[in-house]
Amino acid sequence: MRIKGDKWTPILFITPSIVAVGIFVYGFISWTGFISFTKWNNVLPDYTLVGFKNYQKLFANMRFQIDLHNTLVFTVVFVGSCLLIGLLLAVLIDQRIKGEGMFRNLFLLPMAVSFIVSGVIWHWLFNPGSIQLGNIGVNQLFEKLGLNFLNSGWYTDPKIGIIAVAIAAIWQFSGYTMALYLAGLRGIPLELREAAAIDGASKWKIFYYITLPFLRPITFGAIIILGHISLKIFDLVVAMTGSGPAFSCDVPALFMYDTTFRGNHFAQGASIAIILLLLVSLLIIPYLITTFSKEA
Amino acid sequence: MFRKISIITVLVFMVSVFLTLPVLAESLSGKVEVNSWWTAGGEAEGLNALIKIYEDKYPDIEFINATVAGGAGTNAKAVFKTRMLGGDPPDTFQVHAGHELIDTWVVPGYMQPLTDLYKSEGWTNSMPQGVLDIVSYQGDYWSVPVNIHRSNVLWFNKSIFDEYKITPPRTFTQFFDVCEELKSKGIVPFVMGTKDGWEAAHVFESVLLGKLGTNDYNGLWTGGVKWSDPRVTDALETFAKMGSYLNTDHSALTWDEAGQYLLKEKGAMMIMGDWTNGWFMSVGFEDYGWAPPPNNDGIFLALSDSFALPKDCKNQENVVAWLKVLGSKEGQYSFNKAKGSIPARTDIDISDYNDYLKSAAKDWQKDAISPSVVHGAAASEGWTTEYKDVITLFISKPDVSYAQKALVTAAEEYLE
Repeated sequence: MRIKGDKWTPILFITPSIVAVGIFVYGFISWTGFISFTKWNNVLPDYTLVGFKNYQKLFANMRFQIDLHNTLVFTVVFVGSCLLIGLLLAVLIDQRIKGEGMFRNLFLLPMAVSFIVSGVIWHWLFNPGSIQLGNIGVNQLFEKLGLNFLNSGWYTDPKIGIIAVAIAAIWQFSGYTMALYLAGLRGIPLELREAAAIDGASKWKIFYYITLPFLRPITFGAIIILGHISLKIFDLVVAMTGSGPAFSCDVPALFMYDTTFRGNHFAQGASIAIILLLLVSLLIIPYLITTFSKEA
Repeated sequence: MFRKISIITVLVFMVSVFLTLPVLAESLSGKVEVNSWWTAGGEAEGLNALIKIYEDKYPDIEFINATVAGGAGTNAKAVFKTRMLGGDPPDTFQVHAGHELIDTWVVPGYMQPLTDLYKSEGWTNSMPQGVLDIVSYQGDYWSVPVNIHRSNVLWFNKSIFDEYKITPPRTFTQFFDVCEELKSKGIVPFVMGTKDGWEAAHVFESVLLGKLGTNDYNGLWTGGVKWSDPRVTDALETFAKMGSYLNTDHSALTWDEAGQYLLKEKGAMMIMGDWTNGWFMSVGFEDYGWAPPPNNDGIFLALSDSFALPKDCKNQENVVAWLKVLGSKEGQYSFNKAKGSIPARTDIDISDYNDYLKSAAKDWQKDAISPSVVHGAAASEGWTTEYKDVITLFISKPDVSYAQKALVTAAEEYLE
């Protein structure tokens, strides 16, 4: 028989964290949402409501338009490449090769480095040098290898600036994606592959019809994780490039910091935050829905 | 009995010592936290010189040197702002005199006036009217300026100029002639580093000034002159042309990294504020010359670092003592010598400063003074940020009509 108090104990234990999350997450989200509708665009708070004016101005702002475009390019390149490289590495390591542990750690290691550190490293690597002072970094390497045609301005070239940043991020996160996929691969029952092999399926067919379908939930999860990283990216950009020429490396988070703390446009900063939240929700909500519908 | 008396004597003695101690040490105690963005080279040395004077004077005050790195104070300002808004103001903090001080902090009522201090220390007489003007609002003085920097200086490598017998260009036409000649010799004519996002806007100030002159340039920021003025168009077109002579890697470099071109005799000219002089000194480079940028003769584009007193500051007396050191002859002399700027006071003997500073001090006395935008003197921070964004975009994508339209929109918003 259950004791009556038992019903309340779990609730009692969970209350502090609910209150904390309520205040520090949802409370502050609502506060930011409220600020984004006010006139607070100076140091002194001004809570006069102005409707969607901040949002209107934001979408008319050339820097924000560039930022949204950059975010899109960055997300597609970063998530796509991480998935491909991660899967490739995972499949290779899954071949039960010698020194598997070493390779696994080697590929995972970049993730242990903070974005600031890798940002500085890639800032040097991708510094294009100049005609007058000569090539440095990656360009110098290409030059020495006789691969001059690969040289480019990297993050100083307005056309590909954001892709240079994406490459640094890919370097950092494809090892992590590999780890996710490796766990997925190890979770596939060996019998299935053996049975298929006995039925005469080729290696490619086994990969396509058995391995990949099993990896679908992993891919889904990886897209969520990588996608929200790419929407929130800030520190890597700050350390590596700043806004870049013609804002070609700029991202909404950087603009938010600039406009809030340098320009004192607190309401505009808040509206950028809300837009970022909405973008992340686009990713997270479908994920939550599928997760919950499976559990129910 | 004797023992008792001796104990009492000792006790009385000890008590009296404790009672008189605070009286004897009449100086202040506790601590003072000073926030600035002076972390590198000459500016850090200047700050240390000030700290030394302060600590010698008030040995009982614990000095907390809270610096935040980042050129032009871009990061430091974010930190101060968060603390001020959060109700935990730093004791005192570095702020550019002018609109940055007045619009951001004084008008909203975060600051205490320093008029009494100005009077008791006699600063109203020892500082020139140009300085007093930019730190005052509604008849009160609000911050203590430690230095004056000049924003419009054209730096050049002397050996290169000597070798090709070039004299500093005085007009834009001459400037482009020089550029053409240097380009044909394989030297980068004009050097810039735009990584931090304010440098291009900084150079454009001088171009605007060159095209409009002091009065009309000032008018742009007060509403007297429209941004749609054809001379602004001309300035943008000129700036775009200047951009075509730049080092190709400008967006990868900060201003001092770009200065390496001058050091290595690969680049000839650079427009940057006169902290460049301090930087040249700190890297031991002496082969440089200076001149006003084209059409900037007789105009001094000024900015000034200052310290102010927030309301509700916790160690008020100690801060006032710090401000006194900043405004003192001794403080201004040693700080500016190390930082490579000129004192805000005009009654200081600077005959042992380096040549550039002596010439700058002379110009400061006779030139027309205009406030710098990027460094917070001419416009509010909101406007400055938008102006900066437009020019940063422009230097890489020179679309004159688009940039001018954006500048007009920004001006309309902040002048209303």
